Amino acid sequence: MNALYILWLRQIKVYSRQWTRIVGAVGQALFFLLALGFGLGPIYTEARKEDYLQFLVPGIIAMTILFLSVFSGMDVIWDRQFGFLKESLVAPVSRYQIMLGRTLGAATVAVIQGLIILGISYLLGFIVYNPALIPVATFFMFLTALLFTSMGTAVAAVLEDMQGFQLIISLIVIPVFFLSGAIFPLEGIPESLQIVAAVNPLSYGVDSLRGTLINQSFFGLQTDLAVLIILTAFFIYLGGVLFSRMQI
Amino acid sequence: MEYSHQIIRVMNLSKNFKGYPAVKKVSFTVDQGEIFAFLGPNGAGKTTVIKMLTTLLTPSSGLIFIGGFNIREEKNAIRRLFGIVFQDSSLDFDLTAYENMQFHAILYGMAKGEWKMKIEELLRLVGLWSRRHSLVKTFSGGMRRRLEVARSFLHQPKILFLDEPTLGLDPQTRKTIWQYLLDLNRNSGVTVFFTTHYLDEAAATAQRVAIIDGGEITALGTPLELQRKTQSGSLEEAYLKLVRKEAGEEGGLGADRLRQERKLWTKKL
Repeated sequence: MNALYILWLRQIKVYSRQWTRIVGAVGQALFFLLALGFGLGPIYTEARKEDYLQFLVPGIIAMTILFLSVFSGMDVIWDRQFGFLKESLVAPVSRYQIMLGRTLGAATVAVIQGLIILGISYLLGFIVYNPALIPVATFFMFLTALLFTSMGTAVAAVLEDMQGFQLIISLIVIPVFFLSGAIFPLEGIPESLQIVAAVNPLSYGVDSLRGTLINQSFFGLQTDLAVLIILTAFFIYLGGVLFSRMQI
Repeated sequence: MEYSHQIIRVMNLSKNFKGYPAVKKVSFTVDQGEIFAFLGPNGAGKTTVIKMLTTLLTPSSGLIFIGGFNIREEKNAIRRLFGIVFQDSSLDFDLTAYENMQFHAILYGMAKGEWKMKIEELLRLVGLWSRRHSLVKTFSGGMRRRLEVARSFLHQPKILFLDEPTLGLDPQTRKTIWQYLLDLNRNSGVTVFFTTHYLDEAAATAQRVAIIDGGEITALGTPLELQRKTQSGSLEEAYLKLVRKEAGEEGGLGADRLRQERKLWTKKL
């Protein structure tokens, strides 16, 4: 328990001291919000008679969480050679605990970042449908973050060095983001794309945030919750197994 | 127990990486309280052996007993027994010196009353107490290494593994680090197992020396025994006679490539 706590705390402390990372992630999200939100906004409003920014914000929060989570999961590649991770691997603590502590810490960081984006969006004019549901939205952010951190950890545990990193970004992170419905509605898109979105874990993360923040859900919150819980459990299990088999 | 004075026992230890034998049927023992040096060219298998002894790598075959525990069955019991200083720093650069120590203590399940005193004692010993609240990234290479030595000793291990503990340090810092290590060895009886390329260090500190080359132990004995056997005037001369002329191949799981990539990255950032 103590070990779990200290591994979690370590992630939080390091995050709070790396202000360049915070600013970078906020800047990236802001760029998407401004370029897409205000660039495509008028066309979207014309077609659907709805405000695009309202629609986009949950998607960008999910994007921020996706990027941060996958990257911090993949930090394992560096960490096992140069960082604190190696120090924890020789400590009398089980690998599963180490993986879980790290993942919980990284997910917490991603959620904080998600909430920062939510705050900034509010300043840009985003309206939360029912503020009482923000804790529920936060819970969904946390599930999504856990899912992708453990996915990143699983990938990192089988990669030997950074060679495969770029491949992972272009084959996983970018498609997962763009095909999740984060920036366009899933209603009325071609069926093939809809199928792709339906097997994309991030779609449910995005949808759950839309459901809780702007009361618009494609799959339904129950479905989102069920899918996210099952996938998160699966990836934590997979990440844990691969991580504990990892040789350095 | 008959072997109770032998804190490390290694029998026929082998490790293959994708068919390539990095360590071949290595056997040796280390006595409690001994200072034992592991010497050999780059890629000879030194780090691979240390990784196996410290539970980071699973041996392909062979037996390892540390403090009487079988490494295949009682990893956590063994992990409590040793402290390690890695070839690549494993400090957290975004934490302070004190936090690095504190996290280590908690990870090893030490009680607060116990670690508070021990951390102060060790940080004072390595001369970092006044800098305890500075982030490690502001430390020089020598300070970092001193902190790592202090941290490795925090949970009062019976064995210290040091993989090239003085690599890249200036002569003065090398001397200081060894002073701490010898003090710790003398005062607490900790067994020291280290690798180095500085043969003068091995000659000055080690009671026994093993030379590993091409994954095999080619010589083992006191520095004087090795000199006598090869009719050499110094350990360095003996060493050069005992290793093959051509340099070894680099093994390991892409560690060297990773080290290079990291250099590129950190330069860019």
